[in-house]
Amino acid sequence: MKKLILLLVLLSSSAQAEIYDINEFSLENYRGKVVYLDFWASWCKPCQKSFPWMNDLKSKFPAEYFDVVTINLDENSQDMHDFLQKVPAEFDIYHDANGQAAQTFKVEGMPMSYLIDRDGKIQSRHIGFYEKKKAELEKEIEGLL
Amino acid sequence: MKKTINAMLLLMVMVMMSACSSLGVKPWERGSLSRDDMLMDADALDLAFDEHIYFSKEASSGGQGFAGGGCGCN
Repeated sequence: MKKLILLLVLLSSSAQAEIYDINEFSLENYRGKVVYLDFWASWCKPCQKSFPWMNDLKSKFPAEYFDVVTINLDENSQDMHDFLQKVPAEFDIYHDANGQAAQTFKVEGMPMSYLIDRDGKIQSRHIGFYEKKKAELEKEIEGLL
Repeated sequence: MKKTINAMLLLMVMVMMSACSSLGVKPWERGSLSRDDMLMDADALDLAFDEHIYFSKEASSGGQGFAGGGCGCN
């Protein structure tokens, strides 16, 4: 029984988000994969709405070829942790308190996402999250795979 | 004396060169601004009044923490 509980705990924790510091972020880590890169913050309502979809997205495509990577822009990391308690995430998260990555990627709105191809080139940029655009984005990802 | 003035002028120009280039809040820096206690809603009645004037002048509403906004339905 104890083993079963342990197994369940292990299984349930495996799908949780890994949180890294922004200094560990490099697109090199995801070379060879199509990446959906998303910038978000805990105070941003549309970002919250995009979370279930990003979780779906990650499980929809094979992990060898596709990944969802997000960058959190909360100045205070506690805000991020509180948010993640309420809204589950199953993808990698990099915490960028100073917005250095946001500056590099020239983020123009929140949330903002980038589709990056296997060679690490940005193929498209999307400002905001719209329910209507989900299908279009999924098609775009399929095209890049 | 003249040298000092020149140097000061140069310094002033240098300082002013940046002008308004560093003004403005970046999209990812709006965390504090979006907090509930940052809303201009100290007095609900006052807010409703302001919103009414804004709506009659601009034919749009919302964006001030007042319920509803931009849908053209009120």
